[in-house]
Amino acid sequence: MLNIHRDICGYCGACVSVCPEGALELIDAYLTVSSLCMNCGLCAQVCPLGALEVTDEE
Amino acid sequence: MKSEYDLLVIGGGPGGAIAARTAAEAGLSVCLVEKRPAIGAPVRCAEGIGKKLLHEFIEPDERWIASDIRRARIIAPDGTAVSLEESMAGSEVGYVIERKIFDRELVWNAAEAGSDVFVKTRASAPIMEGGTITGAIIESCGETRRVHADVTIAADGVESKFARWCGINTTVPLREMMTCAQYLLTNIDIDQTCTDFYLGNYVAPEGYLWIFPKGRRSANVGIGISGRKSTEGNRAKDRLDRFVKERFPEGKIIEYIIGGDPVCEPLDCTVADGLMIIGDAARVVDPLTGGGIYNSMFTGRLAAGVAAKCISGGLCSRERLMEYDETWRRSEMGRVLERNYRIKEFFITLSDHHMNTLAKSLASITLSDFSVKTLVKELTKRNPALLMKLNELKTTLN
Ligand SMILES: Cc1cc2nc3c(=O)[nH]c(=O)nc-3n(C[C@H](O)[C@H](O)[C@H](O)COP(=O)(O)OP(=O)(O)OC[C@H]3O[C@@H](n4cnc5c(N)ncnc54)[C@H](O)[C@@H]3O)c2cc1C
Repeated sequence: MLNIHRDICGYCGACVSVCPEGALELIDAYLTVSSLCMNCGLCAQVCPLGALEVTDEE
Repeated sequence: MKSEYDLLVIGGGPGGAIAARTAAEAGLSVCLVEKRPAIGAPVRCAEGIGKKLLHEFIEPDERWIASDIRRARIIAPDGTAVSLEESMAGSEVGYVIERKIFDRELVWNAAEAGSDVFVKTRASAPIMEGGTITGAIIESCGETRRVHADVTIAADGVESKFARWCGINTTVPLREMMTCAQYLLTNIDIDQTCTDFYLGNYVAPEGYLWIFPKGRRSANVGIGISGRKSTEGNRAKDRLDRFVKERFPEGKIIEYIIGGDPVCEPLDCTVADGLMIIGDAARVVDPLTGGGIYNSMFTGRLAAGVAAKCISGGLCSRERLMEYDETWRRSEMGRVLERNYRIKEFFITLSDHHMNTLAKSLASITLSDFSVKTLVKELTKRNPALLMKLNELKTTLN
C-alpha cells in the first residue's frame, strides 16, 4: 500500500499528475489516496521530498 | 454563491484569474473558485517572467516586482558561462516577481471587474448532462453546492483533476514531470540583475538549477529534474541541499518551495462540450524553460473570449469551443511550445561533454542576431564533431 509521510509531504501536487489511475488528490494541504491505487510507485519516485513510500502491507 | 452562472472558473492561479477578469469585462456572470484559503500561497514558482510578455496583461507595479533582470547566464557542467544580454535574449530575460502579491492582484482585478470569488472552495466533481459539462459540485467550507454554468473553465493547475474527472486523460509521463525544490535564500552574495542557469547531468539531470535574484542579497535558488532521474538520495531536494551547502554556505532559508512542472506536450484537445482547459491544466508550459505564467494568462484570456462569444450565441458545444483550441495552437505561443518541445527533446540527449563543447564555442561568439536558427548555424560551423547531433536539431527546426 501507499504510505504518506505527512510530516515530509509538502502538498505540492507533483505526484497527483503522474498517477496513471488518478488515485491521488490534494485537498488543500491534505493528500488523499483512493482505492484505485495500484501501488505502481510512480508517485513515490517523482516526489521531490521522498514523502511517499510503497510498502508490502495490505 | 449563486447556483447558476454564465461561466465557472476552477482555480485562482494566473490563468483562472485572467479568464475570470476577461469574462466579467465582457459582461458575463462569473464565479471563480479556489480551493486554497489564500490566493498565491504557498508559492510553486521561481517567479521569472519576460518583460514584454508581462506587459501584454498588466503594467508592472513595484509592489510585486522583486528584481529587474538585465542578463542571463548559462553555466555548463565544467563551469563555462555563456552570458546573454537583455538585448539578445529578449523574452528569456525579464522580471522576478512576487507571486503571492501578483496572483492576488490578478484575482482582485477579476473581482473588481465583477466576478464572484470564493476561496477555500473546491470543485469536487463535474456535473454532466448527456455528455455535456454543465457545472461542478462545489465544496465550500463544509457545505456542498451544485453550481451550473454554460461553460466551465478548468484552470486547476498541474494537478489537472477536473478535466480528468470529465474523462480527459491529463496524466503527465514520469520523465516529463519536472520535480522541483527551491529555497528563498537571504544573506547571499549575488548579482541582483542576473539570472543563472546551471546545466549538467551531475547538477540537474534533464533539467536545470536556477538562481533568480529577489532584490538585494536574496534569491530563489531552485532545481528541477526529470521524474525519471529522481531517486532515493538524489531527489530534487537532496540535489538542491548539496548545491546550496557548497555555493551559499552563509545563506539563510526563509521559504521552502516544492512543486511539479509539466514539460510534456499539450493535451490533444483542450475543449469538450461545455468545458475549456487552460494553463498548466492544459499542459501548455514551455517545455524548455518550464515557464508557464504567461501561457496560462494567454490561454485564460483567449478561452474567456471564445466562451463569451459562444455563450451569447447560445451554443457551447465542443465544436464551437474548438475555436479556442485552434487559435492558441496557431498563435506565437503555440508555435513556441511546439518548437521548444523539440529543442528540449534534443537537449536531454546531450552529454556533459557535449554541453561543455557547445558552451565553449558559444562563449566565444558574439551574435548580433540571437535567433535559434543563427545560433544553430554558428554552432555547426564551429563544431564539426557535433555536426551529427546538431543536424538532428536543425532538421527538427525546419
Ligand atoms: C518550482 C517551479 C518553478 C516555476 N518557475 C516558473 C517561472 O520562473 N516562470 C514561469 O513563468 N513559470 C514557472 N513555473 C510554472 C508556473 O508556476 C505555472 O505555469 C503557473 O502557475 C500556471 O498557472 P495556472 O493558473 O495554470 O495554475 P496555478 O498557478 O497552479 O493555479 C491553479 C490553482 O487551482 C487551484 N485548484 C486546483 N484544483 C482545484 C479544485 N478542484 N477546485 C478549486 N481550485 C483548485 C490550485 O489550488 C491553484 O491555486 C514554475 C513551476 C514550478 C513548480
